[in-house]
Parts: sequence; structure tokens; C-alpha cells
Amino acid sequence: MADPAGLAFSLHRVDSVPVIQLENVTKTYPKASRPSLDEVSVGIEKGEFVFFIGPSGSGKSTIIKLLLHEVAPTRGKVMVNAKDVTSIRSWKIPHFRRSIGCVFQDFRLLPNRTAYENVAFALEVIGKTKAVSRRVVPEVLELVGLGGKEHRYPHELSGGEQQRVAVARAFVNRPLILLADEPTGNLDPDTSIEIMRLLDRINRTGTTVVMVTHDSNIVNQMRRRVIEIESGRIVRDQARGVYG
Amino acid sequence: MRLKYVLNEVLVGLWRNVTMTVAMIITMSVSLTMLGASVLLYMQVDQMKSYYYGEIEVSIFLRTDVTDGQRQEIDSAISSNPLVASQTYETREQALERFKTLWKDSPEFVNSVGPNSLPESFRVKLKNPETYKTFTDQMKGMQGIQDIIDQRALLDKVFNIFNAIQVGALVVAGVMALAALLLVGNTIQVAAYSKRREVAVMKLVGASNWFIQAPFVLEAVVAGLIGALLGFVALFVSKVVLFDNKLQALTTILTPIENGNVWLMLPLLAGVGALVSAVTAWVTLRFYLKV
Repeated sequence: MADPAGLAFSLHRVDSVPVIQLENVTKTYPKASRPSLDEVSVGIEKGEFVFFIGPSGSGKSTIIKLLLHEVAPTRGKVMVNAKDVTSIRSWKIPHFRRSIGCVFQDFRLLPNRTAYENVAFALEVIGKTKAVSRRVVPEVLELVGLGGKEHRYPHELSGGEQQRVAVARAFVNRPLILLADEPTGNLDPDTSIEIMRLLDRINRTGTTVVMVTHDSNIVNQMRRRVIEIESGRIVRDQARGVYG
Repeated sequence: MRLKYVLNEVLVGLWRNVTMTVAMIITMSVSLTMLGASVLLYMQVDQMKSYYYGEIEVSIFLRTDVTDGQRQEIDSAISSNPLVASQTYETREQALERFKTLWKDSPEFVNSVGPNSLPESFRVKLKNPETYKTFTDQMKGMQGIQDIIDQRALLDKVFNIFNAIQVGALVVAGVMALAALLLVGNTIQVAAYSKRREVAVMKLVGASNWFIQAPFVLEAVVAGLIGALLGFVALFVSKVVLFDNKLQALTTILTPIENGNVWLMLPLLAGVGALVSAVTAWVTLRFYLKV
């Protein structure tokens, strides 16, 4: 224990416990001829911004589903925040999901609720009081650049604005991780860039951002870590990558 | 806030699909009425049994040509029998008197019966009415006995009819309950479908399972409770109309149905209605919500 080098090493180890870790994860869906993910191992540190890229059906979205525990891996371990996701008891999964925010290509907003109500809904169904949402929701809507549009319904907002509401909803609970499944898939290039700026700003608050995308333009501009998947295997993992 | 949210969801849910809700409530109430009627009848038969079995007599009718010696022998055989609690002797004249008062509304019938057409008899109360068979077997070999009749056998015929009615009511209750269950299941499916977006978002942001399910389950429970209330009202009204008015003649045979017993049906029906609805809704959600 007197060895300073050993201490330094152990400190480094503690510091770098990944917030997401996949260990030899294989996922074969029932009736599928080949696995969607095949012996995938990857670690993502806290505060990282990571792109998962690859052709359709390569297994990118399966990673999101595994992290949310929507599906269980056939083999291997999925660790989130040093907890084995597969060992979480089913009644504790809702609580576990509160530490993960989610954004999708199709926004998934409630059409009969305003921007404010959509974000507040996410807080109130996990037991936060109206007082909390009155304080927090305007803040987060301001953060995503929707100040002044709180009381618009989704159909009164542009695609980009709707996605901002979705990001606000995913972020309002200050999650550890923000998962984004093709968040720019329905948006034009300029709007996509704005959404990326927003995700970047959220990443700078310390939130780990994991984004699945097809959008080469965005990946090339952001210059962040790129993990490329093909036929269920990682074929590239690059620190400041491009779409390639 | 959470309670208000849940209650609001329940009301909106019941109103959204109001025809289905009404159908659910009606079948539920019919089923529960039948259940209540069946339980009441069961209690009634029980009460009647304990009332009448206390009054039951075995009648030993004597032959018209019975001799004084034979009568004496029968009398002492009865009084020395350990099964017997008490005995009375009825002469022909007494039998005729009783007959006259019993049929006083039809004088022609009474007049057609002469003083000798009714037999004299011993009326015997047994310590335990169940020992009737043994007692009859011991008595029936004696000279001068025309016939031995146990009132219990007559009563049992009446009780058998009640039992049949009770079983019939239970069967109807069961069939209606099945229909009610299917309707509850269907209503919950429709409700879950119309709220699928909300449910998806709730699952996504990590709302607890009970919070997602509670409005649906409560919706079914509220419908079940309304059904139980209606069923109880139907039961009470039919009790008043049928037994206290229309069929009052029957009450000379039937012991009166106590209002207390009818009131007892309210918590029973409410409990059964609420529980059955809740379980059905919950099971349905297991299949259609996959929370």
C-alpha cells in the first residue's frame, strides 16, 4: 500500500469505471437466422458522446433496447452505471429507466398536450409534484430553445421544435445517459444541426450521450467517438471519427 | 396530485367508452343479483330448517278397527322408547276439529267429512329428528297401526325445490359473471389501446407499474361497484315486491326474510364485484400492456 504507483493505478481504475459496458453481448431474436449482435464488447465512459453507425439491420437499435432493458441479451452482460441490467428485478426496471433519457426519430409526443404539458407529464408520472414541474419545466424548455412556445401543441410546432420538446422531456429528469435513436431522421439538414448543437450542450452538462444514426453529415461535423457496427459486430471504434 | 390524476383518469376512462361501460355494469349487476338471491335463499333454507325441524312430528295413524289393548300397547311402546322427546294423543273428534279449522274456508269440503273418516293418532316428537327411520322401523311391526308419516319427508321435498332454485340462480350468476368478465376484459383492452401513447411514454420515462395500471384497474373496480350497488337495489326491491306484497300467501310456509340478511348482501356483492373486476382488469393488462 506504500507503493505510490499502485495507488495511482487503483485511483485511475476507480475513475474510469464506464457508465455503459457491454461484455461479449450476443442477442439473437427468436426465429432470426443470425444474431443481431454477435459477441459485442464495448465500454463508454461517463460524459462521453458516442455515435453508433452502420447500415439498417446491423444491430444498432438493439443496443438501445438492451440498455433500456426492453430486451434481454441472449448471452453476455450489459452493465449500466456499474449495475448488471439483466439482474434488475422486473419491478425495479421503471426506477432504473429514470436514469436514462430517450429521444426517437418519431418524437413520440402526446398530441393532445402542449409542449409544457408533455414535459411535465414525464415528471408527474414518476411522482414529482406540480410545484416541481412548475419550477423545472420552463427552465428546461428555455434550455432547448423553446422559451415562449410552452403552450403550443405538437401540431403547432415544426419538426425541429417537436424534437426539442422530446429532448426536453428526456432531459428534464437530469438522466445519467441520454439515448438518441436516429433523432435527426425526420429532420432537414439545417434543423438536424440545431438538434446536434442541443445534444452537444446537454453532453457538456456531464450527461453521457449515445446516438444511433445514419446521418454521415452530422457524424463528420461532430468529430466524436464513432463505433461502426456491421452484421452485429463492431468493425470500427474511433475516438474522433468520421462516417467513413 | 397523484390521487387527483388517477381519479380523473378513471372518470375519463369510464366516459370515453360509455356504452361498453353500461353493458359491463348491467351484466355485472345481473350476475351479482343472482349471486345475492342464491346466497339469501341458502340462508333462508337454513333458517327454515332449524325452525321447522324443531316443530316436526312423526304421526302414527291408527286403524279404524284398533282395539283398546292395541292402543294401550302402542302408547306404552312410544313412551318407553328412548328416542322420543314427547308425545300427544289425538282422538277422532280432535282430528276433525283441527281439520275444520284448517279448511274453514271450504265448508262443503268440511261437510263431506264425517266424524269417522279421520283416524285417531299419536303425535310424537323425537329428540333428534334424524332418527326417524330407526323409530319407524321399531314401531311399524305393531298391531293396529295404519300408517306412520314423518313431516320431515314432506318438508324435505319443499327444501329440495328451494335447493334447485338456488342452484339455478347460481348457474345464472356464473354464466352472467363470465359475460361480465369478458366485457371487463374487453373494456380494459379498449382503454389500454386508446391510451397507448400515454402508456408508451410512461414506460419510457420510468413510471412505476402500479401507476400505469392503477387507472385501468380502478376503472373496472368502479364499474364493478356500481354494478354491485344496482344488484343490491334489485335484490331489495324484489324482496319487498315479491315477498312482502305479491307472494305474501307464501309467507305462511316461508319464514320471513330478514332485512338484516338483505343488507348483508351489500358488502358481499360490493366485495365480489370489486375483487372480480380488479383481478380481471389486472390479468388483462398483463397480456395487453406488457408493463
